[in-house]
Amino acid sequence: MIRVQKLYKAFGDQPVLRGLDLDVATAEIMVIIGRSGGGKSVLLKHLIGLLRPDSGGILVDGTDITRLRGAALDEIRRRYGVVFQGGALFDSMSVTDNVAFPLREKTRLSAAEIRSRVEEKLEQVGLTGMGDKNPAEISGGMRKRVAIARALVNEPEVVFFDEPTTGLDPILVNTIHHLILELHQKFRFTAVMVSHEIPEIFGIADRVAMLHEGLIVESGPAEAIQASANPIVRQFIQGDIEPVGRAAGVSAGGGT
Amino acid sequence: MTGPGSAAPFPMSLRGVEALGRLTLDLAESLGRFGRFLAQALLLVFVPPFKLGRLMDRIHFIGSRSLTLVILTGAFTGMVLGLQIFLTLSRFGAEGFLGPAVALALIRELGPVLCAVFVTGLAGSALTAEIGIMRITEQIDALTVMALSPMRYLAVPAIVAGVISFPLMTAVFDVVGIFGGYLVSVKLLGLSQGTYFGEMQTFVDLSDIMVGVWKSLAFGILVPWVCTYKGFHCGHGASGVARATTQAVVLSSVLILVCDYVMGSLLP
Repeated sequence: MIRVQKLYKAFGDQPVLRGLDLDVATAEIMVIIGRSGGGKSVLLKHLIGLLRPDSGGILVDGTDITRLRGAALDEIRRRYGVVFQGGALFDSMSVTDNVAFPLREKTRLSAAEIRSRVEEKLEQVGLTGMGDKNPAEISGGMRKRVAIARALVNEPEVVFFDEPTTGLDPILVNTIHHLILELHQKFRFTAVMVSHEIPEIFGIADRVAMLHEGLIVESGPAEAIQASANPIVRQFIQGDIEPVGRAAGVSAGGGT
Repeated sequence: MTGPGSAAPFPMSLRGVEALGRLTLDLAESLGRFGRFLAQALLLVFVPPFKLGRLMDRIHFIGSRSLTLVILTGAFTGMVLGLQIFLTLSRFGAEGFLGPAVALALIRELGPVLCAVFVTGLAGSALTAEIGIMRITEQIDALTVMALSPMRYLAVPAIVAGVISFPLMTAVFDVVGIFGGYLVSVKLLGLSQGTYFGEMQTFVDLSDIMVGVWKSLAFGILVPWVCTYKGFHCGHGASGVARATTQAVVLSSVLILVCDYVMGSLLP
C-alpha cells in the first residue's frame, strides 16, 4: 500500500530523516514510535504530502507521491483522512459543521444525506447531541474524537493519526485507542499512527516501527517489538534514561 | 546516506560581500514569494468553484465591522480639516473655498488613505492573526490534506471582499468627513451653507472622484494581500503570530502611503 524508500530530509544543516525505509500493508495498523524530536511528525507530513523530501520516494499503490503536484496529489489525498495532533478543528465552525465540511466541499451529497452521515459518525465516536457546540466549548478528548469523526466521514482508504492521545488522561487514552480499533475493524482502513503511548499501542498495533535519529531501527509485529533485544527499542519501551550505544541498533534498518 | 554538503566558509575579507549577497537573495526570494502569492490568488478569483458564502463572511469581517470606526474617524477628520483650513483661508479672506478644499482633500487623498490605514489596523490585523492561528494550529494543513486550496478559502475571498468594501467605506468616509467639515465651518464658525456646498460643486469634478476610487480599489487589493500573506507565512507559536500581525500592519501602512504617492503622481 505505502512504501517509503530511502527518504532523506534536512532542515538547514540538520538532517531529520536519514534515508528512511518503511512499508505499510493494506488494512493494517502501523504504529510509528520513537523519542520526541526523532522525526516522526516530519515523516507523517511527508506521507500526507505536506513536506517534500530532499531525496527518496513515497510510493502509494506504486505511485511516487513526492513527484506529484496540484490535482494529481489532491487525487491521492482524497483517499486520505488525517487526525492532527491538536485536532486542527476549524474553530469558527460548530462540531457538526467541522465533520460535515469535507462532505459539503468534496461531494455532491444532499444536505439531508450529509446530516445523516454526520450524525452517524458523531454517534460512532460517542458524541451524539454535541453537534451544536463549538470546538472551544468541548474537552480535549472530545476534540480528538471530533477530529477522528471528521477524518473518517469521507470513508478514506488510509487514515493518519499524529499522536492522537497526547495530553489525555490514561482512561481517555484507552478510550481513543479502543475507538480507533473499533472503527478500524468496521471500515478496514489502513492506519498509520505516530504515538508515544507505551505500552498501550501494543494493544492496537498490527505492526510497530521504531524511528530513531531519522532511521527505522526496527519494525515488525507488535509482539516482536515488545520482545525486541535491540537496545534502542528496549530503552524506549522501558523508558530507561541510560544512554544506549548508537551503533548497536541503527544498522538494523529496513521497513518490513 | 549523507545530506547536501555545506559550502566552505568565505575568507574573512569577503564575509561582508557574502552577507550582502545573502541579504539580496533573501530579499529577492521574499519579493518573488510575495508576488506569486498575489498572482495565484488573482488567478483563483476567476476559477470556479466560487466561495460566495466565504466572500459574504469576509465582506462582513472587513467591511461591516469596520463601519463604525470609518464613520467616527471620517467625521473627526472632516471636522479637523474644516477647522484648520478655515483658520488658514480666513487670513486671506478666502473662506469661500473651504468647501472645495475639504472635499478635494478628502476625496483625492485623505479619504482613501486614512480609511485604508484605519481598516488595516482593525480588520487587517485581525485577518493576519486569524490566518496565523489557523497556520500554527494546523487548520491550514487540514484544508490542504482534504485536497482543498487554502488560498481559495482564505486569501481569495479576503482580496475580493477588500476590492468591494474599500471603495464603499472610502465613500462613507468622504461623505461623513464632508459633513464633519460642514458642522464645524457652518454651524460653529458661521460660514454660509450655500458657500460651503455651492463652491464644492464648482470645483470637484468626476476625475477627482475617480482618483479616490482608483486609490481605494488599489488599497482594497493591497491590504488583504499583505495581511493574508503575513498570516500564511507567520512563524511558530504565539510570538510568530504576534510578529506577523505587527509586520502586516506596518508593511500595509507603508505600502499604502507609497502607493498613494505613486498613484497621486500618475493619475490626473
